[in-house]
Amino acid sequence: MSEPILEVQNISKFFGSVIALKDVSMFVRAGEVTCLLGDNGAGKSTLIKVLSGVHKPDEGVYRYQGSEVSFSSPRDALDLGIATVYQDLAMIPLMSIWRNFFLGSEPTVGWGPFRRFDVDFAKRTTREELGKMGIDIRDPDQPVGTLSGGERQSVAIARAVYFGAKVLILDEPTAALGVKQAGVVLRYIVQAKQRGIGVIFITHNPHHAYPVGDHFVILRRGQIYGDFTKDEIPLEQLVQMMAGGADLEVLSHELEKAAEGGGPGADELEKVAEGFEAEARGEAD
Amino acid sequence: MVSGEEVSSLAVNTQPAQAAADERIREVGVLSRLMARPELGALVAVVVVWLFFAVVAADNNFISWATTAAILNRAAPLGILAIAVALLMIAGEFDLSIGSLVGFGGMAIMMLVTPVEAGGFGWAILPAIGVALLITLATGFFNGVLVVTTKLPSFIITLGSLFIFRGLAVAVPRSATNRTQLGGLDEVSGYGPMDAILGTKLELFGARFDVAIVWWIGLTIIATWVLMRTRVGNWIFGVGGDNVAARNVGVPVNRLKIALFMTTAFAAFLSALIQAFQFNGADSLRGSLKEFEAIIAVVIGGTLLTGGYGSVIGALLGTLIFAMVQQGIIITGVDGDWFKVFVGGILVAAVIFNNFVRQQATKR
Repeated sequence: MSEPILEVQNISKFFGSVIALKDVSMFVRAGEVTCLLGDNGAGKSTLIKVLSGVHKPDEGVYRYQGSEVSFSSPRDALDLGIATVYQDLAMIPLMSIWRNFFLGSEPTVGWGPFRRFDVDFAKRTTREELGKMGIDIRDPDQPVGTLSGGERQSVAIARAVYFGAKVLILDEPTAALGVKQAGVVLRYIVQAKQRGIGVIFITHNPHHAYPVGDHFVILRRGQIYGDFTKDEIPLEQLVQMMAGGADLEVLSHELEKAAEGGGPGADELEKVAEGFEAEARGEAD
Repeated sequence: MVSGEEVSSLAVNTQPAQAAADERIREVGVLSRLMARPELGALVAVVVVWLFFAVVAADNNFISWATTAAILNRAAPLGILAIAVALLMIAGEFDLSIGSLVGFGGMAIMMLVTPVEAGGFGWAILPAIGVALLITLATGFFNGVLVVTTKLPSFIITLGSLFIFRGLAVAVPRSATNRTQLGGLDEVSGYGPMDAILGTKLELFGARFDVAIVWWIGLTIIATWVLMRTRVGNWIFGVGGDNVAARNVGVPVNRLKIALFMTTAFAAFLSALIQAFQFNGADSLRGSLKEFEAIIAVVIGGTLLTGGYGSVIGALLGTLIFAMVQQGIIITGVDGDWFKVFVGGILVAAVIFNNFVRQQATKR
C-alpha cells in the first residue's frame, strides 16, 4: 500500500463552546476515492473547510505528501494541488463555459501593458479538456447557466483536474441531482481516480458512495464513527451505519408494508429498491 | 432553470467529443448572435431615437453636423463617467459619489492654482493637476476600502460619500476663498499645452467638436479591450457574477473592487479636468446628479444592475441616447421640463427590454 497523499490526524475544530470536530483522522491515497459520509450536522462541512484551507484546525496534524502543512487561505491549498469543488459555488451562471473554466487562472499572451487573456487557447483547451473527461459540450461560448446541474459539476471537476489537482475534494457533488445526472458525475469521479488523483467524495448518500469508493469514513456528531475499506463492509451495513440503524429499519419496514399492501406505488417502490441493488452490484465489480 | 427537454438532449458519453460537426449546434443566425450581446437593446434604441428626432425635428436642423457636434459634446463628459461606472457595475458595485467627485476634483485643481492672495495655493498647472489627481484617487480608495472591509452595500457607502465629497467641495473653497466658483484657469502658467489636449475644439465639417470626444471614444476602446480580452476583465465578470465563487478560485476580489472604485474616481477627475478647461474654471456644484445619469446610461446600455453582465460599448450607446434626447428636446423647443419624463421612460423600457434579452440569451 502506498503512502497517503493527504492525511489528517486527530483534527479538532471548535467554534466558541461548540465542538464541531473532535479527534478526526482520515486520509486519501493517490488514485483512490475516500468517501466521507455523514448526515446533516455531522461536521462534514467543517471538515471540508479544514481540508481546503478555509479553516485552520485548533488541534491535530495536517500532512500533505508526507510533510506537515498549514494553510492560511484556500489559495495556499490550491497552489499545492488540493482543489475543492463546492456544491453550489462551483460556477458563475452568466459567464460562458470558457471564461468560467479559466477564471482566476487565465492564460495570457503578449508583453507588458499588452498582456492579454489568450482567448483562442482558452476556448480550445476548454473543449479539449472537457472532451477528455467525456463531456461533450456543444459550444464553449454558451453561458454556464444553460448547463444542467450534473454538467456544471463535471465542468468544475474537469477544471480542477486540468489545473493540476492532485487531491480533489468534492462537496456533495450529487446532492441536488437526479439519478441519471448523478450517474454522470460518478463516472467523472472514476475518471479522475483513474488519472491518479486522490478524491475525497463527501456525500450523505451511501448509494452514490459505494460504487465509486475505495474506503469509507463515517462521520457522526463531529467524530469518526468508523473507517472501512470496501471489502470490510457491504452496502447494506454502510446504509445502516449512516443513518443510525434503527430509524432506517423502521422506514424500510414501512416501505415494505406499503409494497406488500399493493397500493398504487407498490411496483414502483420495488423497482426503486431493485435498481439501487443492481447499481451497487454492477458498479462494484 | 433547466427544462426537461434539455436534460434529455444531454447525451453525455465517455468517448472523446467529435470535434467537427455536432448535430446539437444549430446554425445560429446573425440576429440570434446579436441578441446575445448586451448592447443590442441600446443599439436599437440609438437608431430609433435618432430616427424619431430626425423626423420630428427635421425643420430644426437635427440632421446636421452642428447638431451632431452638439450631441457628442454634450455626451463626452458623461460618457467618460459611464465607462468607469459600467466596469464597476459589471463587478456588482455602485458608485453614487461620482457626481460629487466631479465637483470635488474640479475644485481641488482650482484651489491649487488659485493665487495665494485669493485664498488658493498659487501652483503651476501641471503639479496642481498631479496632486489633485492623487487626492481624487484617494477618495476612490476610501470608498473601495470602506466597501470591502465593512461588506455593506456600496449603494449605502457611496451615498454617504456623495454627501461627504459634495460637502467638502462646497465647504473647503468657501472657507478658504469665500467662493464656490473659481475661475481664471487660463491665467495659470502652463495653461497652453494642457488646454490643447483637454479643452480644444476641433473644426470638422464646419462644426466644432470638443477634444473630449476623442478621450471618451479612446477610453471606451481601452476599457472594452480590458473587459473582453484581459485577465482583469474576466475577474470583473466573475466578481460581479458571484463574489464568493470568484474568491474561491483565487480572484483577488478586494483589490479588484478597490481598483475599480479608484477607476470611477479617475473618470470623475478626468471629466472634471476637461470641464475645467472648457469652462475656464470649476464650480462646487458641477457634476450634480451625474451619478444617476451615468448609471442610467450604463443600464440603458445593457448592463445588469445585479452585476456580472454588461458592456462598455453599451455604456457609450446609452450615453449617446441620453445626449440625443437632451439635445433633441432643446432644438425642437419642447419645454425642457419634459426631458426627465422622457429619460425615465427610456430607462424603464431599457430595463424591461434587457431583462427579456438576457432571458432569451441564456435560454437558447
